[in-house]
Amino acid sequence: MADWIWLAVALPLVGFLVNGGLSLRRPQAKNLVSAVGVGVLIGSFVVSAAAFLELWAHPPHQPIIVNLWRWLPVGTLQIDMGFQVDQLSGVMLLIVTGVGSLIHGFSIGYMKEYPGYARYFAYLNLFVAFMLVLVLGSSFPVMFIGWEGVGLFSYLLIGFWFSDKVNADAGKKAFIVNRIGDFGFLIAMFLLWQSLGTLSFTGMVAKAPAVLPAGGALVTAITLFLFLGCTGKSAQIPLYTWLPDAMAGPTPVSALIHAATMVTAGVYLVIRTNVLFALAPFSSTVVAGIGALTALFAATIGLRQYDIKKVLAYSTVSQLGYMFLGVGTGAYASGLFHLATHAFFKALLFLGAGSVIHGMHHAYHSTHSHADAQDMRNMGGLKQYMPLTFWLMLIATLAIAGIPPFSGFFSKDEILAAAFARGQTIPIYLLFYAMGVVAALLTAFYMARLMTMTFLGSNRTGEREREHLHEAPWSMTGPLVVLGILSAIGGLLNLPPFLGGGAALEHWIEPVTAPAAAFFRLEMPHGNTELFLVGAAVLIGVVGLVAGWKATLGRPIVPAAEAREDTGLARLLYRKYYVDEIYDALIIRPLVWLSRFVLWKGVDQGVVDGAAVNGTAKLSRGLGWLGSRLQTGQVGMYVVLFLVGALWILHSVVR
Amino acid sequence: MFLGQALGLSAVLFSLGVAGVLLRRNAIVLFMCIELMLNAVNLSFVALAQLHGASGYVMVFFVMTVAAAEAAVGLAIIIGIFRHKQSVDLGNINLLRG
Repeated sequence: MADWIWLAVALPLVGFLVNGGLSLRRPQAKNLVSAVGVGVLIGSFVVSAAAFLELWAHPPHQPIIVNLWRWLPVGTLQIDMGFQVDQLSGVMLLIVTGVGSLIHGFSIGYMKEYPGYARYFAYLNLFVAFMLVLVLGSSFPVMFIGWEGVGLFSYLLIGFWFSDKVNADAGKKAFIVNRIGDFGFLIAMFLLWQSLGTLSFTGMVAKAPAVLPAGGALVTAITLFLFLGCTGKSAQIPLYTWLPDAMAGPTPVSALIHAATMVTAGVYLVIRTNVLFALAPFSSTVVAGIGALTALFAATIGLRQYDIKKVLAYSTVSQLGYMFLGVGTGAYASGLFHLATHAFFKALLFLGAGSVIHGMHHAYHSTHSHADAQDMRNMGGLKQYMPLTFWLMLIATLAIAGIPPFSGFFSKDEILAAAFARGQTIPIYLLFYAMGVVAALLTAFYMARLMTMTFLGSNRTGEREREHLHEAPWSMTGPLVVLGILSAIGGLLNLPPFLGGGAALEHWIEPVTAPAAAFFRLEMPHGNTELFLVGAAVLIGVVGLVAGWKATLGRPIVPAAEAREDTGLARLLYRKYYVDEIYDALIIRPLVWLSRFVLWKGVDQGVVDGAAVNGTAKLSRGLGWLGSRLQTGQVGMYVVLFLVGALWILHSVVR
Repeated sequence: MFLGQALGLSAVLFSLGVAGVLLRRNAIVLFMCIELMLNAVNLSFVALAQLHGASGYVMVFFVMTVAAAEAAVGLAIIIGIFRHKQSVDLGNINLLRG
């Protein structure tokens, strides 16, 4: 079945072609669009599941490489359009196509009333195709196709409602910020090619330990450039600013692209190149440090946001920070584990938020109110109107806060335990551990605040709007239920030994992480230490949840239209530490100034237009004027010149 | 020697033609001077054909043909100029000045 893995990519591609054609010719054929859009994803999931089951039955020690055609035969650079099926890409395949199918299904209900329905599904289908190329690519360049492709569709879907300038700007921001990261990815590829002479992952695993000296400058540079790519795609400091703005897109897009799949590409890249990161302990420390810092930093911003999607966006940035803390510590399996559980519970949270926004939007739409349907200050008491959404989002909240037995508890706990363990040999990891713990506390706090503001207390939607609030249709709640089950039991994937589990995921991807384990072995804590860490994590989660709940319920909340502006620290957090403004002042304005006054007015208008283009024209005109002085129009003059010329030629010939 | 005399006459005629072209400003006279130069060349062709065979005679026919065609075109142009300017004085004709 692994030989047929290209089908998993081809099916969404076909879906894109069909839906793209329909969006141009028959935009009203919504039933057909839904059937094709969701059908190809389910087909892709079936192919992926079949391939995974085959892997499960006979786990290979070497990755299965499926070469489709030779893509770049240039001298010694021979790159195949190849897919790599192994334990890691198998897990990613299931997450992408599985969660993708659910979100596609949810989109049917959510997007039905908006124009551009076929275009939406066309984009979403091709996004999945590129995402699968990303996780399946057997070499850096093939992966880069997917890497760039998902970036493009992220841009197109953030700016899906492009007639609103804010949305179009958010799309541009995402695209441009990601360019900076892609630059790092490219440089890393060039350096790898120069030092290893191969760009395939299998070649890298085979050659890197022999060719690249451990801890050397070269491998450190390569990994840092790779990580720059990760900070762009996975929204880490300093390139995280695009992700919160990306919430301008439709909510299912936020769930699929900006929570569950695309933004985890950076984590996947680090796991895929674990041998390089293991050879460069400094880079690994940077990865873990940036991850811990991002986890903490984004969590503090999440504390004071009012837009329900913004809270979830900062939460995503923060949770991605956890994943990088995990992979930077060398706990690659834990990073992947958190990636999987996060895909479940964050997709659930986003789709739940989508269900809430859907209901709020309907309520405001029916009374022609222009109030903000995403502002949590306009919600409150929604539990009464949307009980199913409430209970499902509560599962996700408990999962992300790290309350056992929900999935997030296991994965987050493993990452923190790994950081603690690494701290025994490299003390700075203890600092990262502490930052992770504080971030966990804040995570529980802002999630409790979100749930309380949205679902509990009294309703603030408005007298007339209230009666229009209702639960979403089954086509939307259905995927929520599946994700709820996954969020609840996802921890079984990698149940730790002290609970009687076999750490299945960790053993499963051992063939992939084995090269790294040779240099960067991590001894996980056992016995009492482990129990202590688990107890601390649970305690922190519970404290955060209760504190968030009490603090939010304890204070009166007024609807957004009547609310006064925050002051002091709250304002600083609401304004996101003014990071966007700082970037604007430090980078964007100087660049714009440089572009406008030096490059445009100076170089372009002065040198290129003035000296080069117009200068050439003026020079030829001047020479032409000089030449035209010879053209007197007097025949006699011409004859004289002619004669002189003839005599001169005669002279030189006869001589 | 007959050849020497013939070439000498040819040179004199040619020089007269050149001088005419250089000095006169009447287009018709100028034209006649050009004809004079062409025929001076014809004379030297004929004279040299005595030494080098018939190709000199053949060349003369070519020159005469070209001269006839040139006369037709050139006179037509001069008539055209005259209709336009009421003059065939080349000093007045400088339409092609740059």
